[in-house]
This record gives sequence, C-alpha cells and structure tokens, in this order.
Amino acid sequence: MPAGSNAGQPPPRAGQAKQVHLAVQLPGIHNVTVWTDPRSESQIAVDSFIRLARAAERGKFDFFFLAEGLRLREHKGQVYDLDVVGRPENLTMLAALAAVTSRLGLAATVNTTFNEPYEVARRFATLDLLSEGRTAWNVVTSYDAFTGENFRRGGYLDEADRYTRAAEFLSTAKELWASWGEDDLVADASSGEFVRPGAGRFAHHGEHFDISGRFGTPRGPQGHPVIIQSGESDAGREFAARDADVIFSKYSSLEQARPFYEDVKRRLAAYGRTHDDLKILPTATAVVADTDEEARAYADEITREQVSPQTAIAHLEGVWGRDLSAYDPDGPLPDVDPEPESLILKGHSVFRKGREETARRWREIAGERELSIRELMIEVHGGQTFVGSPRTVADSIDHFVQSDGADGFILVPHLTPDGLDEVVDRVVPLLQEKGVYREDYTGPTLRDHLGLGLPKETP
Amino acid sequence: MTGTPFHLAVALDGAGWHPGAWRAAGARPGELFSAGYWTDLVTEAERGLLDFVTLEDTLAPQSEPFHRPDDRTDRVRGTVDAVLLAARLAPVTHRIGLVPTANVTHTEPFHVGIGIATLDHASEGRAGWRPQIASRASDAALFGRRTTPQLTDDDIRDPEAIARRLRPLFAEAADAVEVARRLWDSWEDDAEIRDAASGRFIDRDKLHHIDFEGPHFHVRGPSIVPRTPQGQPVVASLAHASTPYEFAATASDVVFVTPRDRAGVARILAEVDEAVAVTGRDLAARPLKRFADLVVVLGDTAAAAAERAARLDDLAGAPLASDAAVFTGTAAGLADLLEDWRAEGLDGFRLRPAALPHDLSAVTGTLVPELQRRGVFRTEYTSTTLRGHLGLARPASRYAVPAAG
Repeated sequence: MPAGSNAGQPPPRAGQAKQVHLAVQLPGIHNVTVWTDPRSESQIAVDSFIRLARAAERGKFDFFFLAEGLRLREHKGQVYDLDVVGRPENLTMLAALAAVTSRLGLAATVNTTFNEPYEVARRFATLDLLSEGRTAWNVVTSYDAFTGENFRRGGYLDEADRYTRAAEFLSTAKELWASWGEDDLVADASSGEFVRPGAGRFAHHGEHFDISGRFGTPRGPQGHPVIIQSGESDAGREFAARDADVIFSKYSSLEQARPFYEDVKRRLAAYGRTHDDLKILPTATAVVADTDEEARAYADEITREQVSPQTAIAHLEGVWGRDLSAYDPDGPLPDVDPEPESLILKGHSVFRKGREETARRWREIAGERELSIRELMIEVHGGQTFVGSPRTVADSIDHFVQSDGADGFILVPHLTPDGLDEVVDRVVPLLQEKGVYREDYTGPTLRDHLGLGLPKETP
Repeated sequence: MTGTPFHLAVALDGAGWHPGAWRAAGARPGELFSAGYWTDLVTEAERGLLDFVTLEDTLAPQSEPFHRPDDRTDRVRGTVDAVLLAARLAPVTHRIGLVPTANVTHTEPFHVGIGIATLDHASEGRAGWRPQIASRASDAALFGRRTTPQLTDDDIRDPEAIARRLRPLFAEAADAVEVARRLWDSWEDDAEIRDAASGRFIDRDKLHHIDFEGPHFHVRGPSIVPRTPQGQPVVASLAHASTPYEFAATASDVVFVTPRDRAGVARILAEVDEAVAVTGRDLAARPLKRFADLVVVLGDTAAAAAERAARLDDLAGAPLASDAAVFTGTAAGLADLLEDWRAEGLDGFRLRPAALPHDLSAVTGTLVPELQRRGVFRTEYTSTTLRGHLGLARPASRYAVPAAG
C-alpha cells in the first residue's frame, strides 16, 4: 500500500486510545530481504539474530518471530537461488536469544504435520522455563509430500486430515502442559519431597494421538505459550477465534483489514472470549526517511531490488507452471497459456492454488497499464506498507490501529540485521508521545505484553 | 604443557549424579529448571578451562531403574530439553563446548540434525551432540507410533544382554547420526555467493540432496541450515558393551567408557579397538577420542570426602550405585588416578560431579590447578571451537569436489 492511502482523519478518541502492538520477523527466505544491499549481513550468524532481537527489545516490541520452512524451495527441480536461502531451527535459535534479552517475547513457528505433541510440548515448556515466560507458538500445518520427503512420516496426510490433526495436536499439547500443576514442583530438601505424586501424568486417546505416561518437563511461567495462528480461510478464522491469542493476517491495507478484523473479533463471543483476548497483527513493512519524498524514493529503490529481473521471471514461472526463461523481463507477458497443474516452484504456498485466476487477473492489469513483466511483478508483489517520515509512519500506524484495521503489526525489515533501527529509534518515540505505545514493559512475560491472562486450564 | 594434551569434561545432570545431592547443603533444588542455575554451572566449568560440558536428558521423568518408570517423589524428577538448554547457555559462554543429549528413537532425524547445526551457529562452533536411544516401553507410549523392545529385570544385570536386545535401536541410531552428518555436509562451505549480477544468493550446485534411504526412514535434504562453523559438530556417545562400542566406532567422534580400574581401562580400550576394526573405520582420517567416565565426590581431605559421600548416601537413603566407577577423595588423589589410567591410552575423562555445585567447584578450583601444576592441562584456551579443543580437524563436506590443480 503506497504512502498516503491511510490518509484521512483518525476517529475521535473516547477515553484511552487503543495501544499499538509491534513485533518483528527476521526476514528470511522471501524476497522482502534486500541481500544485495552492502549493509546486508549474514542471515544465519548468531550475531544477526542478537542484534535484531536487541533492537526489538530496545523498541519495547512484544515479540521476535521466526517463520518455518522444513525443506528448501525448489525451482525447476533445483534449489531456489534468488532469495536468501537457509535458516536456523527456530526453537534452538530462540533459546539462544533468551540469553541476550530479558523481556522480548520469542515466537517460533512449528508445524503439526511433521512433529509429535509430546516433543513439541516439551520443547515449548523448556523454552518457557528458560526464558522466564516469553514463548509463543505459531501453529501451522505443512501442506505437501514435498516437505514430507525429509521426514519419517512422509506426506501421507491429506488436506482434511492435516487440520483435524492440527486441532487435536494443539489440544493434546495443552493437556500435557496442564499435567503439571503450579505446586507440583516441591523441591523441599528438609521433607525430602521433590515432586508431588502423579505430577505430569496424562492420558490422551484420540483420533490422531493415542498416548499416555508422564510429561517430563515442569510447568513454565506462562502455563503454556501464547498461541499464534495465521490463515484467512473460514476454518482458520474459527480455529483462531477458539484457540489463538494472536492471529497473523496478510491484510495490510485498511479497506481489506477492517472487515477481517470485525469478522474475527465477532467470532470470539461464541467461545466465551472477549474482544481483547485475541490480537490481530498483519505483516507489514516500513520505509522511513527524513521526509516523505525521500522515503518514497527509497521505497521505490527497495522494491526494484526486491523484484530483480530474475525474480520477476521466476515468479511468473511459478504461476505459469512452465519455463519462461526465454522471455525478456522488460518485455510483455508471455502469449503462451499457463499450465495450472504443473508445479514448477515447490515449497512455496503462494504459487499453489488459483493460478489460472491469478494469470487472468495479471494479464488484465498488464494489458490495461501496458506493464512489462518486471513492472507487473513490482505492482503485484512489491510495495511497502508504511512509507514516509517518522511522523507520517507513526501517524499511519496509529490510524490503522485506531480505525480497527489491526491491533498492531509484525514488521519485516528489508535489511538484516539492522533494518529495524529506523522504526525503533525514530517511529516508536512518536508513538509513545501519542500515548498509544508503552514507555516500558509492564510485566515480565509475553502474556503480560499482550494483555492476556494466564490460559484457561483444559478441562 | 608437556606430552599430549589431556582432555577434561564434566557431565552435568540435575543436582548432581548422587540421588541425595538435591538435599545437600549448597544445592539449589528449586532452580533446576531455571537458566540462572545452569548459567552458573557452565560458566564455572568454563573458568576451569574444561573442553566441554555434557547435558543429560530424558523424555519422561527419570527413574531409579534404568528400564522402567518409578513413581518416586523423593528424587529429582523432570528435565528440560537439553539442546535448547545448551543453546540458552551458548551466548553466556565463549569457549567451552556444549554437548547436549538428544533422543533419536522417537524423534525425526531431520529435526535433530538441524537443531544441533543451529546450536553450532548459536555457539559459534562449540556444539556437540550425544545421540541417545530410548528403550523403555513407557517412552514409546509418549509418542504412540511404535513399540520398542522392553528390557526385563534379568536383562539389565548384564550390559551385553541389554546390547543384544537393543541392537536394532542402535542400528537405527547410527542411521540417524548418518543423516545428521550428511545434512551438515549438504551445504558446501562456499555455497553462499551473493552474486548481484546474476541475482543469485547461492550457488545451487553447492547444495546437495542427501537421499538417505534406510529401513526406518528416508531423508531427501538438503538441510535448511547453512554449513556450520565446525562443519560437523562433535558426536559423542556413552558405551558399556560391544554393540554400543560398534555404534561409537561407526558414529561418534568421542566415546565415553566406564572402566572400574586401570586393568578395566586396558580391557575396554581393546574392545573399542576391536569395534573400530570390525566397522572398518580409518582412525587416521576420523580419530575417535576415548574418555573414561568417573563419578567424583571430592573433599579437602580423604576423610572429608568420605564423610560427604556418607552424608549423601544418608540423604538418599541408599548407597550410591553407578554404571561408572566412583572416586571419593582429594583432588590430588584424583589427579594421580587420572594420570595412572590415562597411561593405558585414554584421551581424557568425563567427570560426573556427585553433587552440584560442590564437586564441580572442586574440579575447577582444585583438580584443574593440580593438573596444571603437573604440566598436563591447558592454562588457557588455545582454540575457539570444540573441535579445536579436542584437536579434531574441521571436516570438508563429503559432497565438495576438490578444486582442480
């Protein structure tokens, strides 16, 4: 969304203004990252993670988020080579970051398709203990046998099962976390009682999991991690309304974001939850410069770097399902038709469904505006969410939140590791000045930052 | 330092290896699941210039019998995931190696492989891994997707009987390590090229599918984690019998053995040599470091140490039983024993402190200075990686084609 699209008067404030929540995602494998910039450093060295995490904590962000990808994307049968490739195992890197931060939440994406509840619950309980209550779990499912080729289970789950497995996986994990009561760890040297009898005992007999025994890791400070969910589908919204504390969305334009926000919040009541129990955080980018004009010029430059000629062709090939390397990225769209059944780019959800419709729409846009392949790709894939001076960006973020488009944002900087600095050092102080952003953390746990209470126990 | 380097590690487990340790003076039983407790221990070990610490782990709560759960409430019960614990300790330490235990029977080799690789990045080259099989039927019930051979009370009297019964699990564990090592090699060192002209971040020809096919799993690869500082983190395993010796000969860089005396050292090392011969390992290309495990109860005098041991036994309500030999005495006495055993051909020792932090502080505060006085232990770290401490070279990726010329 270009700068200024959120223009308009903010709604009048009755009482206290809504508080903005901010989180950061280390830019990984998608083309948000401008790795060609000389300021771009390693995407895997621990120093990069530490610097970005410390910037986020300096900015009093709610959490640091890592996405997941358990198989490298492949393009025409070979590893995709145009974007940043390679990332750490999420929970392990976040455990290291727990040592160099003291308040920042630590959110890991872990899928329910190629994992088992016992192990995932144990690892999150560990991270919650070792971070003193700062963990979140972004619950996702994997979608194909392509990723399954790295795992014992393979790709046997069909579309419907992966969601029922996800739901049962989450409820089973909650049973495991609840298996240690708050007082079960006694550790009384004088009486000689270390644990209460039966601590950790559980039995779950369900459709996907039939497991029992004793859970080996005591309860973490948050009871269980903050639960994050993403997904725009009806089923995804319902899952989030029932189980999630945070929902990610892709709607970073206010006109799309408001209906989504209204719909998801409306669903909460059916589960006995209130408006504030679920935070809606779209993914967003911010380009900040001294003046609006400079920021716009810089944003254009970034976008062109993000959509290189090679990237433009690769994206087109993803939708067309065929080799288009003979086409000129600065020329018109190919006259050949897409092959919708052919998956030329594997491991990339964007190019999986509705590709005929996408191709039709792109042809329309390109035709109307006489766009080259690369110009079209910049139009449909590029674009920054917030562009402008620190004042403009702070006003836009505030306006978006006060207008009920979101409760805040997951910011994805285009530079690693220092791409968050402009927001932290120049935008955050203005949000604080407006009274819509915390001056300091008010509690030690991520649940505190998000204004969430302890989780309700699974009955 | 004279002679060949002497390697020293400590094995950290809960409040210490004595079941009464958590009730001893100076213990911090309420903090066993906190980062602060482990930070204090591992920074103390690093002050002692030790090669590495190992971190124990179990899936379900620990139990007194090795092969089945108990419902005791008077012992330390509960663990945190050791790989995550090691990662939590990485940024607060700078030189010491971090060797967590991770299960390979019920986990996905891909997950474990990328977790250890990430630990190597997080610690900038100090990661190790102790792959561990899980044989208890009760562990299998936590996952519900397979059964494993259940050991009987008769089986567990004899390490060879245990090994016979668990042989299939060791074979599978060897496959898991092989998968991890192939994943670690699947990115060549110079795969990241950042070539702006061609728009390529990596040279895709330097990333490799590993295509592992075994009876229990297949893994296609490549790894999602780029090549790590050590190339391959250090794999260590504990072994008490022929099958695990063969596992070590196949899969490990370091093997922990449990002799009871100097004659036992000679006998066990001969068995390890035999396992190396059986598996056809080329020790010149892939050295195998041999460490002896010892539980240690230390005191300023032999009498003080004996008194501590008796006190710990009282607190536990039973005398200490261990798979490894138990040394009770002074640091000087321990130094004598280490030098004596080492003459049989050991590369080093993994000491298991009976009670924490007491016996760890005694190792770093008195044993290490004693060994330094004798000129057999380092006075400063001379390397930044665990491989460096152990004198192990950084391996090249098996997939790399040597440059022509």
